Amino acid sequence: MIRVHPLMPEARSVTARDMGWLAISLALVIVPHSERVPWWVSVSALCLLGWRTYLVLNLRPLPWRWVPLALAVIGMAGIWLEYRTLFGRSAGIALLVLFAGLKLIEMRSHRDATVVVFLSYFLIITNFLFTQSIPTALVMCCALLVITTTLVSFNAPQRNIVALVHIAGTVLLHAVPIAVLLFMLFPRVQGPLWRLPQDAYTGITGLSETMSPGSFSKLSQSDAIAFRALFSGRPPPSRHLYWRGPVFLDFDGRTWRNGSFRRLSEFELTGGETRYSYTVILEPHQRDWLFALDMPEYLPPRAWISGDGQLISYAPVRTRMRYEMASLAGARLAEEEAPAVLGRALRLPPNFNPRTRALSEQWRREARGDEQIVQTALRHLRDGGFQYTLLPPLLGRDSVDEFLFSTRAGFCEHFSSAFVFLMRSAGVPARVVTGYQGGELNPVDRYLTVRQADAHAWAEVYLRNQGWIRVDPTAAVSPLRLDSGLAGAVPGAEQLPLLLRAEIPEWIRSARNNWEALVNQWNLQILGYNTDRQREFLNRLGMIDPDWKSLAFAMLTSTAVVLALLIAWSLRGLRRSDPVQNAWVAFCAKLGGRGLERRPQEGPRDFALRASDRFPGQRAAIGAVSELYIALRYGRTSPAGEVSRLRRLVREFTPA
Amino acid sequence: MSRSLLQYPRLTAWFRSNAQPEPGAIVLRQRRVYILPTRLGLIFAATLLVLLLGSINYVLSLGFVLTFVLSGMAVAGMVHTVRNLMSLSIQAGRVEPVFAGEAAQFRLFLENGDPFDRVAILVRHDVSGAQTVLDVPAGTSSAAVLPVPAERRGWLPIGRVMLETRFPLGLFRAWSNLRPDLRALVYPRPEASTLPQPSPEASSGSARLTAQGTDDFSGLRAYQFSDSPRHVAWKAVARSEDMLTKQFSGQSSAELWLDWALLPPDADNERRLSRLAGWVLAAERAGVRYGLRIPGRTLAPDRGDVHLAACLTTLALYDAAAERSPAEAATA
Repeated sequence: MIRVHPLMPEARSVTARDMGWLAISLALVIVPHSERVPWWVSVSALCLLGWRTYLVLNLRPLPWRWVPLALAVIGMAGIWLEYRTLFGRSAGIALLVLFAGLKLIEMRSHRDATVVVFLSYFLIITNFLFTQSIPTALVMCCALLVITTTLVSFNAPQRNIVALVHIAGTVLLHAVPIAVLLFMLFPRVQGPLWRLPQDAYTGITGLSETMSPGSFSKLSQSDAIAFRALFSGRPPPSRHLYWRGPVFLDFDGRTWRNGSFRRLSEFELTGGETRYSYTVILEPHQRDWLFALDMPEYLPPRAWISGDGQLISYAPVRTRMRYEMASLAGARLAEEEAPAVLGRALRLPPNFNPRTRALSEQWRREARGDEQIVQTALRHLRDGGFQYTLLPPLLGRDSVDEFLFSTRAGFCEHFSSAFVFLMRSAGVPARVVTGYQGGELNPVDRYLTVRQADAHAWAEVYLRNQGWIRVDPTAAVSPLRLDSGLAGAVPGAEQLPLLLRAEIPEWIRSARNNWEALVNQWNLQILGYNTDRQREFLNRLGMIDPDWKSLAFAMLTSTAVVLALLIAWSLRGLRRSDPVQNAWVAFCAKLGGRGLERRPQEGPRDFALRASDRFPGQRAAIGAVSELYIALRYGRTSPAGEVSRLRRLVREFTPA
Repeated sequence: MSRSLLQYPRLTAWFRSNAQPEPGAIVLRQRRVYILPTRLGLIFAATLLVLLLGSINYVLSLGFVLTFVLSGMAVAGMVHTVRNLMSLSIQAGRVEPVFAGEAAQFRLFLENGDPFDRVAILVRHDVSGAQTVLDVPAGTSSAAVLPVPAERRGWLPIGRVMLETRFPLGLFRAWSNLRPDLRALVYPRPEASTLPQPSPEASSGSARLTAQGTDDFSGLRAYQFSDSPRHVAWKAVARSEDMLTKQFSGQSSAELWLDWALLPPDADNERRLSRLAGWVLAAERAGVRYGLRIPGRTLAPDRGDVHLAACLTTLALYDAAAERSPAEAATA
C-alpha cells in the first residue's frame, strides 16, 4: 500500500521560492532563443510566467484545466501559421518554449515542477542546434547549475540558497569524471540517424554556386571564418595561397554558373614548384565543395575531383570537417582537356557587350598568339585607369561593356568576369575560378585563418601545350591585394568589419588571435570529437581499431572504477558501528545458541542474572561481561582498552 | 541459525513479520540501506535517452557533453542519496504513558556523528502512517516525534519504522526499515462516572468520611445542581470536562476502596477496567486516599502521582487469562 508522504513530489505544492528558481532556470535557456522564435511566443511565455508568479504570491487558485488546454491549441495554431508546420527545428523550439510557459500555469505539485526542470535541461540542447560556441557553452553551464539547484531546492526545502548552490555544485562536480569518460569512450555513431528537416541548417554565408556582380563584395563584409589551415613547415608565400573552390564555365550575360562536373577516376599532376602539406579545418558551409591549394596531390576522404580540379565531397559539409592535404603549387592536371569542355570555355551569350567583343577581336587580329592576347588584356586592365573598390557602381544589361568602358571600378568578380569575356571573344578558352586568396597567420597557434572576406575570383586560360594557366586580373590592377590582403588594397575600407581593417590597434589584434586560437582548439578537441577522432585518440592510447563492444567494455569498466571511487569518498570517515554493542550482541547470541534467548524487554542485568542461574559455572564470566557492558554503554567514561577487553571476554566465553 | 538471524536483523524482519525489536542504538550500514529510482528518476532516464538520440542525430558535441554530464549527475546523485542515510544512528527515546484513544508520542533520536548535514529525512511509522521530515545537521542529533494512536490498553510496541530520503535530486529514494526497542504503556480508556460512596464494608477501620462541612477543603466531588457557585472548583473545571464542587470537611483523611467487586457482575473485563481507571482519576482529583482491588492484585490506599501511575499501570497490564497482573515483573 502506498500512502502519500511529504517526500513524494506529488504531495508537495509549488511555493513562491520554487517559482523563483523555475523562472531563472527557464529564462536562462529561453532568452537565447528569443531572436529565433516568433516574438509573440517569447512574450506569451513571459506573460504565463508572470501570471503564475502572481497566483503563487497571492495564494490564488490555478485557472481551470481547460484554460491551458485552450491556450495550447491557440498557440499551436499560431505556430502553424508562422511556419506552416509543427515539426522541424524552428517550429519545434517555438512549441517547446510555448509548452514550458503553459506547464507553468498548469503545474500543481513538485512532480509537475520537476517535469519543467527536465524540460529546461532539454531546452539547453536546443540552443546547441544553433551555436556551440564557447560563450554559449558558458551560458549553458550557468543554466545547468541553476537548473540543478532548482531540482535540489525541491528536495531540500529547508536549505538556504548558499547551501543549495553548494550541493548542486558538488553533485555536478562529481558528475564530471563520469561525463569525461563517457564523452571519450561512448561508442560514437556518425549521425544523422534519420533525415533531418530542411530547416536544420540555415543562415551560413559563403561562396555560392553562381557568381554575378556584387556577390563577392557582399562576402567581403563578413569576418566569419571559412576555414583554417595548419602547415607543417613554413606557410606558403601569398602568391601561392590560391584556395580553389567552384569553377564556372557558363555565362548568360550577367551570372556565371556550372563547372564541367566531369568526374576523374584518377588524376596526375604535371609541373609545380613547391610541395605543401597541411591540415584543413573547414567550417560547415552546407555545400559540397572542399578547399585545397592549387593543385591538390590526393583526395580527402569521401571526396572526388572534377575535371576542373575542383574537390567535391560526397555529402554537403554539414559539420566542421578536418582533412589532411598536400598540394603542389603551380602544378596542373596532366590530363588533356576534353573538346566539349573547351567548346563551352569559348561560348558567349550572343548580343551582349558589343564593344568588348570589338576590342578583343581587334587584339586577336594584332596578336601573334594566345599568350600575347593575355598580356594585352592584363596591360589594358592595369593601365586603363581601373579602380579596385568595395563599392562598385551598379551595372546594367551589358555589364562587361559598362565596366570596361564607363565605370572602370569593380571588385574581383568584375575583373575576372570581364577578363574571361575578353579571352573568349578573342578565341582563347577561359573560365572563372572562385575560392579564397590569402589568409592571416595566427601567431598564437600557427594556424592560417581564412575568412569569408578573403573570398576571391580569378581566371584560367587554356593555352595549347601548357593546359590551364591561372591568371589573376585583380592582381594586375591592385598588386597589393596579394601582398597585404583586402584591407590594404581597397579604398573604402571603412565598409569592412572593424576587425578586418588595417589600422586596428595591436592589442586588439593579439586578443583576437588568442581568442581564435582558443576557439580553434575548442572546435578541434570538443566539437570535432567524432567517430574518426575517437578512433585516432584511442589508437594513441593503445586501443588498436576498437569496435563498439570493446569501447562499451572500456566505458563500463572505467565508469565502474570512478563510481567505486565516488562511493569510497562518500563512505570515507563515516562512523563505524558501535563495537561495544557488537560485542554484547555476540554475547547474547552465544547464550541464545544454548537455548537462552534474551527477552526483548530484558535489560543486561536481568539477563545476566538469568544466565547465571542457568549456567552457574560461568557466573563470574557472565557477571564480568555484563558489568563491563553496562559500564561502557551507560557509564560516563570509557577507558581505553576496556572495549577490547570486553571483546576478548566475549570471545573467550563459552556457555556450558 | 539464531546467531545469523541476530546478526542480520533485516533478514529477520524480512522473513518474520513479528520480528524482534533491535536493542540499543541502530546504526544504518550499507547492508540495510536500499535504493531504487523514483518515478521521476525513470522520467529523467527517458529524457537522457532523448537527449542522446538528439545529440547523435544532429551531431551535437555539446549535446553529448550535456547528456553525459546529466548521466554522471544522476549516478553521483545516487551515491549522495545513500550517503544521506548511511551511518545515521537511531536511538529510542522516552515515551510517556497515554490513555487508550489518545496518541502515544514516540520519540526517536536521529544522531548524525559525521561532518556533513543530513537533509530532509522522512521518519515514518509503518502501521499508523505517522510521519515527520527533519534535517539533522552535522554532529548533532534531532528528535523525531511520531504520534501513534493507541487503540488498546497494555504495551504498544513502536513496531516497524521506515527512514527514507530522496535528497538531493529526487531521482532515487533510499530507505531503511528498523524496529527500535521502544514501547508505550497504554492505560485503559477512563470512563467518567461518579465515585462510589465509601461504605463501611469497603472502607477500613476508623478512616471514615465525616459529615461534610465548609471548614477545611477535603477534595472535590461531582457538581450537583444545588451547589453554590462559590464552591465550584473553577481551576479544576478548566483542566477537565466535569463540573466539580469543592468539598470541605473537618477531617482530612478519607479512604476509598475502588474494588472490582463493586462493579456490576455482567460487565466485561475491559468495561470494568475503564470504569476503574475513571474512578482512579476521579479519586486522585478529589484528593482522597484510595486503594485498588482487582483479581489477583491489591494496592493499598494512598494518593499522589506515583500511586496514580501504579494504579493505572496495574489496570493497563491486567491479564484476565493469568488472573494476575504481570505489572510487577514488567515494571521492576
